[in-house]
Amino acid sequence: MLPPLLLALAATKLWYLMPLVVSISLVYAATRHELVDEIIKHAIRFGIWIVGFMGVVFGLIYFLSRGL
Amino acid sequence: MLPKDALDSSLEMVIDLRDRNFAALLAWLIPGAGHMYQGRWGKGVLFAVCILGTFAFGMYLGEGNVVYAAWGDDPSQHRLPYVLQIGVGAPALPALVQANFDSRPFGDFMAPPKLGPQTIFENGKQRTDPDELAQWNRRIPGFELGTVYTMIAGLLNILAIFDAWGGPVFFVGGGQRREDDEPKPPGSASS
Repeated sequence: MLPPLLLALAATKLWYLMPLVVSISLVYAATRHELVDEIIKHAIRFGIWIVGFMGVVFGLIYFLSRGL
Repeated sequence: MLPKDALDSSLEMVIDLRDRNFAALLAWLIPGAGHMYQGRWGKGVLFAVCILGTFAFGMYLGEGNVVYAAWGDDPSQHRLPYVLQIGVGAPALPALVQANFDSRPFGDFMAPPKLGPQTIFENGKQRTDPDELAQWNRRIPGFELGTVYTMIAGLLNILAIFDAWGGPVFFVGGGQRREDDEPKPPGSASS
């Protein structure tokens, strides 16, 4: 019972990641393009990449820690 | 002016960087200001909102205590995150003033934590911490997260400064290689 609860508590802090992902994606994309359309398209792709990569790392760590 | 061969192949654009050293200085001092000086208003507003917003949110999470400068003989008192926070420019400069004047001209705003045992009253009880930094870490739930936010704001502004100084790094064809970059099989005729 305790591990899922701890995970749920930790997950609420993950919401603080969202403004960072948005900000980082927009600024990074803005340094690559000049037009707003291109910036937004690149920012969306980059944001998805960040979240996806973190999801993969999370899955890997969760899988590796299952026997512990 | 950027050279024409640096332009995105999908559009014709000319960006006047004006005095780019001054633009870079402005971009450091106030995020987005360098781009506005260059007439790149859209990006200037975007950088200002994103970077200053990230910085402000970090300050809010840390209750205004996450940005301060501290150095001295004791390495444990050094505030390394400030090295990145100063990337935001003017919003982080009061910390430098506060660190250099014992009189603390701005009160406790961006002032380094006081050394020595600190006692406060919490929930009707007296509570003593080893120093004010320990008190902040205990009492403010968002202290670490606020520190991270303000550090990232400083790092993002470094990117913006480079963009103001040198213009954007244009992608060509959205990441696809141009035709003359495609590798050709051996023996094929060039087009």
